[in-house]
Amino acid sequence: MKNYFKSKGFITVLASVISIVVGLLIGFILLIVFNPAYAVGGLGSIISKGFSSSDKFAKVLYQAAPLIMTGLSVGFAFKTGLFNIGATGQYTVGAFMALVFGIQFQMPWWVCLIAAMIGGAIWGFIPGICKALFNVNEVITSIMFNWLGLFMVNLLLNNMPVMLADHWGASNKDRTAALASANPSAIIPKLGLNELLHSNYMNISIFIAIIIAVVIYIILEKRTFGYELKACGFNKDASIYAGINAKRNIVLSMVISGALAGIGGGIYYLSGTAQYTIVKSLLAMGFNGIPVALLGASSPIGIIFAALFISYIQVGGEALQPEYAKEIIDIIIAVIIYLSAFSLLVKNILGKFIKTDTSNVNAEDKAVTPPEPVPAKPAEVAPTEEKGGNE
Amino acid sequence: MSWTSILADIIGATILFAVPLLLVALGGMFSERSGVINIALEGIMIVGALCSCLTLVGLDKSGFGASHPQLGMFIAILVAAASGAVFSLLLAFASINLRADQTIGGTALNMLAPAFAIVLTWAVQGQGQTTILIPTWTRITQENFGIEKADTFFQNLIFKSFYLTTIVAVILFICAYVLMYKTRFGLRLRSCGEHPQAADSVGINVFKMRYAGVIISGCLGGIGGLAFTVAAGSGFQSSVAGYGFLALAVMIFGNWKPFTILGASLFFALFKIIGSYSDSIPFLPSFESVNSSEYIYLMLPYVVTMIVLILTSKKSRAPKAEGIPYDKGTR
Repeated sequence: MKNYFKSKGFITVLASVISIVVGLLIGFILLIVFNPAYAVGGLGSIISKGFSSSDKFAKVLYQAAPLIMTGLSVGFAFKTGLFNIGATGQYTVGAFMALVFGIQFQMPWWVCLIAAMIGGAIWGFIPGICKALFNVNEVITSIMFNWLGLFMVNLLLNNMPVMLADHWGASNKDRTAALASANPSAIIPKLGLNELLHSNYMNISIFIAIIIAVVIYIILEKRTFGYELKACGFNKDASIYAGINAKRNIVLSMVISGALAGIGGGIYYLSGTAQYTIVKSLLAMGFNGIPVALLGASSPIGIIFAALFISYIQVGGEALQPEYAKEIIDIIIAVIIYLSAFSLLVKNILGKFIKTDTSNVNAEDKAVTPPEPVPAKPAEVAPTEEKGGNE
Repeated sequence: MSWTSILADIIGATILFAVPLLLVALGGMFSERSGVINIALEGIMIVGALCSCLTLVGLDKSGFGASHPQLGMFIAILVAAASGAVFSLLLAFASINLRADQTIGGTALNMLAPAFAIVLTWAVQGQGQTTILIPTWTRITQENFGIEKADTFFQNLIFKSFYLTTIVAVILFICAYVLMYKTRFGLRLRSCGEHPQAADSVGINVFKMRYAGVIISGCLGGIGGLAFTVAAGSGFQSSVAGYGFLALAVMIFGNWKPFTILGASLFFALFKIIGSYSDSIPFLPSFESVNSSEYIYLMLPYVVTMIVLILTSKKSRAPKAEGIPYDKGTR
């Protein structure tokens, strides 16, 4: 059973790597079409910029942390059969709660993060309860709550003068105060990592995100609670028949999903380098959780790598300007996800192939336990995917 | 301003913003009732708006637009429909032929479209020029009909906020209803969304029907994109401000049926417009002690929609087979 699971993981990684390579190829073709003179250098900067300096590397980690959280949020809901398109609203409310506790109430950073978690959880709870009690499609409710969250946060911020930058000596009124002047204790600690990497962006948020991803992995894979949630996702009727409280699980799943996105918002805006700007458009970080979750095949561990990868090529994409629009990176990511939709098919074929392979070996000789090399592979492949960017 | 002209403004603006919602939600209806979840509506709108706006600019530069304004607009509508249809083929191919997850394919297209629009706008207009301006001749003016300007109710209504897309939307709405409920094609399409195995067993080609559903949604989505861009009024900036997702909500709100979708889109647009006219409507509270009270009115349509959805949820019924790739082996 274990071998089968691991070889499935290996196939998933392989399929993702294939889509990434094809995505980069299409990106390269676009670079050639739009500006042939810079194409090779452009591809080079997409692939290598993230490791070119410790500052850029710190930026990769800095952006990856909230991406992991929103990716986990979407992925967790996917695992339980829900499509949480509302991660961006939960992210916004989480960011707001973190900033209110940081600036208005002058709390330390960990209190702010808990507040962010609660804010996101509340914003996930409402679509969850609407789905469970009234059977309102969670996609439409979360779309509504994205906008409601954004407008509510903007309305509240405009009526909380202490929150805005101009109350703390800065000149602009359209954004929240910089934490460095308002409340330095609300900034997530850097533990000397900023000096290690010579970058202001670096703090412990990436480790917080990874620890949470591991916790989510344990909940989903090793706990009865996670099993029940997944069972509801696979087949609601069967799980009800088996005595699982499906309604409770829908609500809990949306609450956890919202909490994860909320922490993401908290992590990003408590870094000390970001200020929340009052605009009327939804934040992209929440929507980017969807591609991260899809690329990571909704698995918490896969999401860590997917977020690192997407953050990595986004940092590379910023270096494309001004020769190209940095949105070429979004095209590459879109192509990768489009292909990963196919890869479910490819995976089935590969899966059948490898499954019959291992079962044959098992049948021939049980004593030697030959499938050892197979489980070793996923661990190898995942880092090489990252190293591949190193060159 | 007299109250009649305010009333005309409100009705006109409501229709102006209801048109894109109506068109796109109808598009979503065709796709979903054939059994394909079309979350890519936002992306389809963007592609339709991009191609048609580029066409309008091209017509403007060649001088054709200024001499034949409404014909030029009609060409742009055709381009919007065609480009939306072509883009939707990507969704159809992934979700019908390759039986991929429809949400994943749609999300990828939603990401692809704005990025592609920005890259192409840069390439066409030069670096940093992210707005495609719409020529002014696209408006329907008094001169088109040879009548004099006057401050009457109907002139305020029609010449302030009606475009050719408004008329096309009315015609397409009637066509959509007839096609869905009064033709053999519509019946077959609906059967593919409810029980494709049964449809296949009586000789209906499920793949063809689903392709038709997605392509129709691409056409309507593309035109909806153009309709949104003319309504927004500030030119095309590689975005349709979430209207594709809103249309999805309107479609679910409208219970996957044309007339309720029409009602839902008018309802939503009305509540959206009330906010922007809150100063001119005497009986609405103005929240003077609150800063930026416009956000209260911006939230209004979403809150009202949520309440209506909760109240009517018992009747909501999605097509049974939507989102499930059709596999002949399951017959």
